[in-house]
Amino acid sequence: MSERLDCDVTVVGGGVAGLAAAVALRQSGLSVTVLEKRLCGAGASGVNFGGVRQQGRELVELPLAARSRKLWDGLNAFLGEDVEFEATGHIKLARSEADLAELERYAAAAAEWGLELTMLGPNAVRDALPWLGEKVVGASLSPTDGQANPRVVGPAYARLARRLGVDIREMTPVVAATRSGTDRFTVEAAGLTVTSRHLVNTAGAGGGLLAAAFGEAAPVTPLNPNMLVTEPLPYFVERSIGVVGGDVYVRQIRRGNVIFGGGSGWHDAEKGLARPVTEQSIGGMLRTLQLVPGLTHAQVIRSWSGVDGQMPDHIPVIGPSSTTPGLVHAFGFSGHGFQLGPAVGVILSELVLAGRTESPIAPFRIERFAGHAGAAPAAGPVHVEH
Amino acid sequence: MTAPKSPRVVVIGAGPAGLRAVEVLARAGLRPVLVDEASRPGGQIYRQPPAGAERPPEALYGLEAGKARALHALPAELGAAIDYRPGTLAWAIEDTGIDLLGPKGFERLDFDRLILATGAMDRVLPFPGWTLPGVFTLGAAQIALKAQGMAIGARVALVGAGPLLPLIVHQYRKAGATVVAALDVTPFGAKVAALPGLLNEPVTLAKGLWYTARNAMAGLSIRSGVAAVAVQGRDRVEALVWRDAKGREHRVACDAVGASFGLRSEAQLADLAKLDFVFEPVTRQWIPRRDPAGRSSRADVYLAGDGAGIGGADAAELQGARAALALLEDIGRPVEAARVAALDARLARQARFRAALERAYPFPAHLVDAIADDEILCRCEGITAGTVRAAARDREAGEMNRLKALTRLGMGRCQGRVCGQAAAEVLARALDRDVATVGRLRGNPPVKPIPIREALT
Repeated sequence: MSERLDCDVTVVGGGVAGLAAAVALRQSGLSVTVLEKRLCGAGASGVNFGGVRQQGRELVELPLAARSRKLWDGLNAFLGEDVEFEATGHIKLARSEADLAELERYAAAAAEWGLELTMLGPNAVRDALPWLGEKVVGASLSPTDGQANPRVVGPAYARLARRLGVDIREMTPVVAATRSGTDRFTVEAAGLTVTSRHLVNTAGAGGGLLAAAFGEAAPVTPLNPNMLVTEPLPYFVERSIGVVGGDVYVRQIRRGNVIFGGGSGWHDAEKGLARPVTEQSIGGMLRTLQLVPGLTHAQVIRSWSGVDGQMPDHIPVIGPSSTTPGLVHAFGFSGHGFQLGPAVGVILSELVLAGRTESPIAPFRIERFAGHAGAAPAAGPVHVEH
Repeated sequence: MTAPKSPRVVVIGAGPAGLRAVEVLARAGLRPVLVDEASRPGGQIYRQPPAGAERPPEALYGLEAGKARALHALPAELGAAIDYRPGTLAWAIEDTGIDLLGPKGFERLDFDRLILATGAMDRVLPFPGWTLPGVFTLGAAQIALKAQGMAIGARVALVGAGPLLPLIVHQYRKAGATVVAALDVTPFGAKVAALPGLLNEPVTLAKGLWYTARNAMAGLSIRSGVAAVAVQGRDRVEALVWRDAKGREHRVACDAVGASFGLRSEAQLADLAKLDFVFEPVTRQWIPRRDPAGRSSRADVYLAGDGAGIGGADAAELQGARAALALLEDIGRPVEAARVAALDARLARQARFRAALERAYPFPAHLVDAIADDEILCRCEGITAGTVRAAARDREAGEMNRLKALTRLGMGRCQGRVCGQAAAEVLARALDRDVATVGRLRGNPPVKPIPIREALT
């Protein structure tokens, strides 16, 4: 017989955004159930690069990123464990004059949105990071950005949620969701039926399908990062590194391993399996060596991929449903949701509790895909930047 | 009409299984590619010294010298009938493409059919002092003899939980090392109980008894039922302390220790090939599923030898030939039914022998129970058993990949090849669950470390 649960809020998807929402809602006194198809924090929240970055984002994301950045400062205390967040700064490198011009344009625009970036010319960037390769002609530095360990953030949120009394069900994929006339949602999962007044859709790459169940399909395509890591080396890559174009990104953790990525991996939705692709891995190795020639004698010991959801315009869906009262969405973070997760969770809780939020989320509304027939479009050029 | 194009067949591993597989394939006219990490054929069991440092096979392989000699000669005998690629690491498999790192750098090799004969390595269990310099696995102690002509020490203590122990004691004595202790952590009674089953392979059993007798004549009896072992020393091995079945403690001075506890399949490539795995409850490990002929869960991939469950070198030779015959059958080549039947009969007998052997050397669970909290489990990352137990207790580490994400266990150079099974045992006990339920570490490329600079070439 199927188990039945009734609660105030059902959250579908146990990534950082969904779990942060569950924590905030529980702290406000609501009863919350989280349904996660695998393990909490094992999806896009757990397999990403670990960049905690404002620089380089679409400008409309900057207010959310700024709000999240404040939360990152206190996250260890909030979660009760070390998530290895460090404000190492994020430096975005130009490999051509055109790149440099783009960085300058972005820095000017970002300043209008309150993000202060420092431009570095060829001499300044080499003074700052003397180990950079010859291809680098300049950079823009965001000193307040940084990095954290993605593998531990989601699980830490899940444990906090459980301590607070959230009912988390892992290995519980959702098979159907409906809303009855009596303003209650019914979510069917394997061996479990949950009814609730509110429904939070943080289902990542599956977020489009869940939205479609309520008549508002959104075109999410799977996005698979292609990540590699070296053996531990003496610490010298002090900054988290990105490039104009986003085809490679590099950081070094205090343990000494250098993590780098770029391009897209492979994924089999049916088997729930994601893997790096050799051609992409070798390309990532080559581009990383061009940026950091000091890694020439390093060994690559592991690579990985995972599944994120990508929107055609590379910004997520965040906000209330356009069809169904009580339903809120946050999915399709398009390869850069890790930094946003803590704030998005809080924003979702505000939407559930008050129906509104102070954060400017209008650009992320699901209505922008109104008229979308339901089938995902062919994937365009993938722009992943972590 | 043109003749149908021969399928591209690749065999990975030039040990007993892989060599017998390419022999069958080559004689059928297929010209298989034989990829092997080592520079000379033989695998680990018949590993050869480097060119210029040869010793007679009798000195290296004892009673198995004839088998070793025959296998070593195969690639040269087959000549142009095979495409032999020594010194080449297969580090990833993507659908029907294999990523190689060979003398010429990275290379993609496509296959129509693949036989994985990837072999096995020692199963490691931590015990006090196991990370001190001077402690080796039994396999490493053997390889030092076979490949480098060196013993791991002058006064050597050997600890095991498998049939390798009497053999290596004999090899070490023959090489002139002083074996100061030979300790079997499994009970003697288990061997007596397993005797009827061991008679399925009387010759192999006789060889084991012969090694044991020769050792005994030299004044060295293997002590069975050893309850605990610990290595002592400041900066390196100085002594081995052990407790016998009756609880008495012994201490023997030594300068090197060889210790391992059975074997584990090297199944990472099978994982990358997306084969189905099953939990094998007797040897307590996950192995790729195969049928008695060596067919895997994937129609174009076959399995032979210890890489898909431990059977030993003799079984591996038979399995290699059998998997190759299955492959030939599947691509519509003529196969002699009598030959298949004869191989199947011998494999069935080997399977009965192996089952008895596993009963003779049961998993030493008491050693896992005794692992202290401050003992290092994952030496790449310096993760202790206590950290694993705390992750199980306080951080909801309910399976191996979550344990890895939370603690870094298995994230180092060996990617869990050394610590994975021991960690699964410790985690399962901490959770009070069966070890099968904690799963196994997910495979990802590269199977072994690859130099980043190869991307430049």
